[in-house]
Amino acid sequence: MTDVPTLCAIRFGNGLPLPESAPQDAGSMLTRLAGPDLARGTWPALTTAEALKTHARYAQAQSDLRQAGADAAEAKATQRGIRQELVAEAQRAIQISLARAVGATDGMRERLVRFWVDHFTTVAKSPQHIGLVLAMAEDAIRPNVTGRFAQLLQAATLHPAMLLYLDQHKSVGPNSRQAKGGRRGLNENLARELIELHSLGVAGNYAQSDVRQMAELLTGLLFHTGKGAVFVEGAAEPGSETVLGRVYDGKGTAPILAALEDLAMRPETGRHLARKLAVHFVSDTPDAAMIDAMAVAYAASGGELMALYRTMLLHPAAWNMPLTKARQPYDFTVASLRALGVGPARIADLSVAELQQRLLRPMERMGQPMNNAPGPNGWPEEAEAWITPQGLGARITWAMDVPQRLLDVLPEPAALAERALGPLISLDLRFAVQAAENRREGVGLVLASTEFNRR
Amino acid sequence: MIDRRTFLQRMVTGAACSVAAHPLFTTVTLAQTAGATPLGDNRLIVVILRGAMDGLDVVQPLAEPLFAAYRPTLGVGTGAIPLDGYFGLHPALSGLMPLWQAGELGFVHAVSTPYRDKRSHFDGQDLLEAGTGNDVPAGEQSRDGWLNRMLQVVPGLQAETAYAIGLEASPLLAGPAPALHWSPDLQLSLSPQAQLLLERLYHDDPLFRDASTEAVALAQIDVPDAGGMETGPGRKLRDMDALTDFAANRLRETTRIAAFSLSGWDTHRGQGNAILGSMAQLQRLVLRMKEQLGPDVWARTALLTMTEFGRTARENGSQGTDHGTGGLMLTAGGAVRGGRVAGRWPGLDEAALYDRRDLMPTSDVRDWAASAMRGLYGFDRHMLETVVFPGLIMGDDPGLIL
Repeated sequence: MTDVPTLCAIRFGNGLPLPESAPQDAGSMLTRLAGPDLARGTWPALTTAEALKTHARYAQAQSDLRQAGADAAEAKATQRGIRQELVAEAQRAIQISLARAVGATDGMRERLVRFWVDHFTTVAKSPQHIGLVLAMAEDAIRPNVTGRFAQLLQAATLHPAMLLYLDQHKSVGPNSRQAKGGRRGLNENLARELIELHSLGVAGNYAQSDVRQMAELLTGLLFHTGKGAVFVEGAAEPGSETVLGRVYDGKGTAPILAALEDLAMRPETGRHLARKLAVHFVSDTPDAAMIDAMAVAYAASGGELMALYRTMLLHPAAWNMPLTKARQPYDFTVASLRALGVGPARIADLSVAELQQRLLRPMERMGQPMNNAPGPNGWPEEAEAWITPQGLGARITWAMDVPQRLLDVLPEPAALAERALGPLISLDLRFAVQAAENRREGVGLVLASTEFNRR
Repeated sequence: MIDRRTFLQRMVTGAACSVAAHPLFTTVTLAQTAGATPLGDNRLIVVILRGAMDGLDVVQPLAEPLFAAYRPTLGVGTGAIPLDGYFGLHPALSGLMPLWQAGELGFVHAVSTPYRDKRSHFDGQDLLEAGTGNDVPAGEQSRDGWLNRMLQVVPGLQAETAYAIGLEASPLLAGPAPALHWSPDLQLSLSPQAQLLLERLYHDDPLFRDASTEAVALAQIDVPDAGGMETGPGRKLRDMDALTDFAANRLRETTRIAAFSLSGWDTHRGQGNAILGSMAQLQRLVLRMKEQLGPDVWARTALLTMTEFGRTARENGSQGTDHGTGGLMLTAGGAVRGGRVAGRWPGLDEAALYDRRDLMPTSDVRDWAASAMRGLYGFDRHMLETVVFPGLIMGDDPGLIL
């Protein structure tokens, strides 16, 4: 069985070596999670307010461009300038996310942020929304990963990136003033995913009528350029709605927030979240008793996420299951950077071209373009989905080629294997690093090895 | 360095034991066993349209009076091209009309899998590709795809008999029978020494071993240069072309089965524009496939598209459509009996709709797929109903294949 500090790094963190002062057992991981979010202050990231501001300036510039007439050249230049700002802002936010993952001592918090970002997947359907997608991780997800799930669910559902991604900004009550006699109306996209993916799970006990009623309840929530998420009474469906047997009535967002609170507290939701966490962190075929215990603890705590994490981390299955999952491309990249000693400062200094060529495009070839999941259900978990011919081919290619472009001097392969894998190094890998023809391939073999790609 | 032949042999030997161990494995005698290729000369291409294609926008029931009322901005206003006096084809697919006229393009309306009610893309696609019924709980469907189960009964199969093509995973072909998975991004160039050492590192982990062996072999296949159709297509169409050309290149040789997927059909808002890109891709795929296969191979090809479910009969509040039930299948190729919209048309009266909102499904999409496999390869009906689509009861032969 693998020792506890190694599992803390591999299963619950961002890989070996563990940063100095990183927690090395379940108890101290939990204490650290319950404490302040240090990485957030050390590496400040794009906020929703900033993203909204840039987005609004871009929208204004586009509108000016449309009306410019004779002054089109100047308006075009302004619009282009702001578009570049949007791109730079997004690049910066991605760099911060990588720098935190590599540098943070509280690795599990960074992993949890990614987990919940994936649970509440949003994708920019239009390039100018990418800042909002990234800012959602910062403002809606990150501050709420150790609180009550209801709070996280409310923050994620009402974030502008979510409203835009799942078409809520186009949904109005069929009998509302804004429906204008039927020219506009309901869109059930967000309501459906809210129940199917974000809370109860598809196995939950709900029907099409609940989706429909939830969609009517959500009406009024719209996107405003500059202000972000707004509630517009004139777009809200008049009257009450009944979702899963409960009646919601009243003005403004209060009934929506109440319904989200109730969704969060449904027993199916506790089970759904417990299972997803167990699958993500521990095993593609998780221990049923562990999931049961997590769901029970969740309900008993009144929907506290820490209760889920605590029960998982204190369960024996969290420590005795073999490392059979595959690191997803993002995690593979982060763990490689950490093993190679490419620190947060270096990552934050990468030029736009370097970031693209060395990290983002390779992640795309490995099958995981960042912030671009194929659908609202996020990325798959099973190892088979990642270790495909093209996915593994791209990992091997990265492992052989990119480290030398990130470092002035490549590490000695045997020492790298020791740093990156500690007690997990196999005899075959020990042999391979000695037998490699050159240092570049030796490094590549360490990072391409099965033990480095499993977790 | 292993060469492609060795690699293919390994793939087959590697798979042989798992096939034999498979509980559903049954040996059947094929009607056609001519020549060296185990499936004979006919080709089957299956295209999964992810996101739920709006069949009512693709093949529009123009003669149905309620259609215009249900869809104030979509439908009639698009200017569909009349097909048969009742249905019309969305103009974005007008390039397919010569195929329709030649009897090489057909449709089946109001089809669905057995999936009902929750209208989840993800469960819907899982069920479509697993080819199972509703008796299996959500999330616990077979990990084999139905196309793989078809291959499992073919004696003398070679890995390159079947290809999944594209970056996305292809659950349709997943399973113990050997099949290859190619994407244009696949690249791998290793020194002989590094390759030997990697083989050693991966030797005891079948997942890594099989993926890397396949990657090494696939990276050596020469990819045909995308020529043909010169008019400057967008990036998505160019990507599509690379996939099509590769598939056609393989299908001209010993490959008999190819599976693709096309995404982008989840048109919740602004469908009038949102659907155009996906239709352009689909049209391009069919036309270019025909061109690249050449007349002889095209004559022996059946291409089928399937989607997880259809969409609401009525337009929603944002000029789009929401998740529905009955959908549409497209069939193309020289081996299909085209020039008709098959399937029983249920009508659009509110009482005739499923849940008073969706096109009522009147036939099982698996039944059509099964009859295509029977028509192309002569499979035994019992095998199709128990191994490929367990629980399916096939109806009378709808004559999908010529």
